Amino acid sequence: MTDTPVLRVRDLHKSFAGIVAANNINVDVADGEVVGIIGANGAGKTVFVNMVTGYLKPTSGLIEFAGREITGIKPRNATGIGVCRSFQISQVFMTMTVLENLLVAVSLAGQDRRSLLLPLHSDERVKECERIMARYNLTEHREKAASTLSQGVRKLLDIAMAVVSKPKLLLLDEPTSGVSSDEKFGLMDLVVDALKEQGTAVLFVEHDMEIVRRYVDRVLAFYQGEIICDAPPDVTLRDPKVIEYVLGESHRPGVDRQAMEVGHA
Amino acid sequence: MQTALTILLDGLVYASYLFIVSVGLTIVFGVMKILNVAHGGFYAWGAYSAAYAIGLASELGFPDWFGFILIGLSSALVGVVLGLLIERAILRKLYEHEEVIIILATFGLFLILEDLILIVFGVNPYFAYQPMVFLGSVELGGIFRDVYSLTLVGLAALVALACWYALNRTKWGKILTTVIHDREISLAIGINVNAVFVWTFVASATLGALGGAYISPTVSVAPGIGIDVIVLSFAVVVIGGMGSIPGALIGALMVGVLRAVAVHKFPEFELFVIFAVMAAVLMVRPEGLFAPAKARRI
Amino acid sequence: MIRSVFSDKTILWAFVGFAILSLIGTLLPNWVLNNAMFGLARGLAVLGLLLMWRTGLISFGHALYFGLGAYAVAMLEKFTGTTDIFLRLLAALIVAGGVGFVIGLVLRHYRGIFFAMLSLAFSMVLYGVLVKTEALGSTDGFSVSQTTFLGWRPSSKYPLFLSIIAICLLATIGVQLYLRSALGHLTTSVRDNEIRVEYLGYSVARAVHVKYVISCALAGVAGALIAMALGQVDPDSMVNWTVSGELVFITIMSGPGSVVAPFIGAITFEFLRTFAFEWAPHAWQLIVGGTLLGIIFFLPEGLWSLIRRLWTKKERRRDRYTSSAGARSA
Repeated sequence: MTDTPVLRVRDLHKSFAGIVAANNINVDVADGEVVGIIGANGAGKTVFVNMVTGYLKPTSGLIEFAGREITGIKPRNATGIGVCRSFQISQVFMTMTVLENLLVAVSLAGQDRRSLLLPLHSDERVKECERIMARYNLTEHREKAASTLSQGVRKLLDIAMAVVSKPKLLLLDEPTSGVSSDEKFGLMDLVVDALKEQGTAVLFVEHDMEIVRRYVDRVLAFYQGEIICDAPPDVTLRDPKVIEYVLGESHRPGVDRQAMEVGHA
Repeated sequence: MQTALTILLDGLVYASYLFIVSVGLTIVFGVMKILNVAHGGFYAWGAYSAAYAIGLASELGFPDWFGFILIGLSSALVGVVLGLLIERAILRKLYEHEEVIIILATFGLFLILEDLILIVFGVNPYFAYQPMVFLGSVELGGIFRDVYSLTLVGLAALVALACWYALNRTKWGKILTTVIHDREISLAIGINVNAVFVWTFVASATLGALGGAYISPTVSVAPGIGIDVIVLSFAVVVIGGMGSIPGALIGALMVGVLRAVAVHKFPEFELFVIFAVMAAVLMVRPEGLFAPAKARRI
Repeated sequence: MIRSVFSDKTILWAFVGFAILSLIGTLLPNWVLNNAMFGLARGLAVLGLLLMWRTGLISFGHALYFGLGAYAVAMLEKFTGTTDIFLRLLAALIVAGGVGFVIGLVLRHYRGIFFAMLSLAFSMVLYGVLVKTEALGSTDGFSVSQTTFLGWRPSSKYPLFLSIIAICLLATIGVQLYLRSALGHLTTSVRDNEIRVEYLGYSVARAVHVKYVISCALAGVAGALIAMALGQVDPDSMVNWTVSGELVFITIMSGPGSVVAPFIGAITFEFLRTFAFEWAPHAWQLIVGGTLLGIIFFLPEGLWSLIRRLWTKKERRRDRYTSSAGARSA
């Protein structure tokens, strides 16, 4: 383990036509760390993810990946050096089967561009995909078109495709949104285990606090484009500012609620 | 000086003609998101039916001015009959398809309309010069021009004004603007989008037919007249911005004047210049010079 | 390598089909041979369009490359006197592929209706130049002399027919191998989801560009072959937008299902046209337009899906027969 963080973000700022979407963002992520990102809608979580993966260009600031500056990099180059992502709405090839989806991902992850001219269904690639399908419980869906999968399975496929190149850093944008409640823990167990095995650091945006509490090492709380808290989950989720701006009324411990009512009276 | 005036006059007349033909195309694209190749068929049908009617009226001894009434009547007839038929029977069932597939379907319709002309009107050209003779010619700054082609400028102005009025000053216009802006929301707030589509299409077909009908006295109406017109109006509509009426006006003026310059100065560039400008506009500003729609560029 | 190529059923059937066709060719009367040549050559251009269509793109300007290929043959003869088939094909390939590469640099960023319109504009630029320039033959075009083969001047059309078959077979095998490769599967991937392709680390623009250049080269060779088979080039039957429309029409009619579909579609088209001109000279476009609408409404996967449906029905019947026979014996 080196001291250089996988991701180092300094003074990141983004504004759209004068509206500030991200401001003064400073984050370090260590190798293999699992970091959650929480915040209300419009707090700037996705903007942050989009800037790190090159979908949006920051107005100012610095993003470093493993000691190398990647500010304003193109998405496909980010993927090439080991920064991958999944999407809030699964981005898969809808008319292709699960196997074909993975085969395309596997063949593009290869460093040797000439191998792209070989048949897609080469034994080597199929074997690799079978391994991935086994790891992500996708084997039974092998020949199904992606458009016929349930939301949860499609999410799994989306994430599996994002990690075939064994990235050093993975950004997951709401991995459990749209996934039924009995599917979501299974999904996260699978994903987090697999990623820990690979040593991939994960940043994931999440609305479900149960998920956050259970899987992350650290939580970043966003409010109006800024990080208002950066600490382990039990600290962040009890932070009064986070409770007021991010979690809202329902998450206040009973004592606090009484105190507030007294204060108002 | 003389040439400059001639070029300007020619350009203006040609631009007026292009505007009348293209405005229907751009309206349909704006409202229904359909690039309608069959518009060239409406144009050809307008030209043939007007030329036929004028010839017949002349044989029956009607006065020459009666031709103008026939032009109006025949374009309205073509627009309503073909427009209704095509929208109701064919296009309505295709709205769910991809836009390029719909273009192909209208291309098929265009081919069908072309051959129906041959079957109905035969292969020999028609001449309907009576309205042009009736108006005579006039001297403008030393150039003799037939009055008829100058009235084309007036007609174009009238069409532009009518479109502007209908869109901005009537309830219909408000409804249309809403549909252009967002089809889903229009449905949600109770606008009968189907009816809007039908009448938009009929109006557009009528305008296409009017372009053909009004130009028919000045040309020989022969098979294939719709073929060149439709690509020219594509150029006009793309240059101005697909779906924009002021765009069609600007596009028509640009193409009209450019063509006039080319015809008089560099005749070998007549077509080249039009499509080169079209390509250039698509490259620099794909949504067109005056466009509401956004191009899909990544 | 060879065995793995022929283990592909499509390639095997294409090989058998083209071999049979080349044998039948010796028996055919001249007009049928001519039609078959036009059909095969046009099928080559359609094969290129099929590649674009699988990527979700329809070009309304492929007559540009078709015309460039044809005019490359005519201009080569005019300036150098060469009538050799290899030089003619090479010239067409270089001109069409080269122009396709340059225009592709722009077009690869466009999708949908904008892609269709911009390709239309480019093709009409060439049309405008050809029609109005005397030095380029104007509306009359040029005549093209008989093709020679390394100095040999055959007395029949059969050697040209055979060459066209060979080229079509080569192209079919090439495109099929390409479509089977990882790069070729990106056609569907790009149509389905461009964002995902970018995030898998590949440039969508480049993927589109490669396919575009291949399809341009195919259209260029097709144009050269038609020019040789017809002995004539002219702008209205080779470069005008109606030609692009016709090519797209054959693409839709053939269906995207297989690399041999374009040839079946194009040959059908050619014979349909001959018979239509014979029996109903004023209804040819009516037939084409009606067919186009019919296919869009009732057969969105084209003629190929019809062939496949018949094929699987036959197989199923055979299966049923064998299985019931098995049951009886048991």
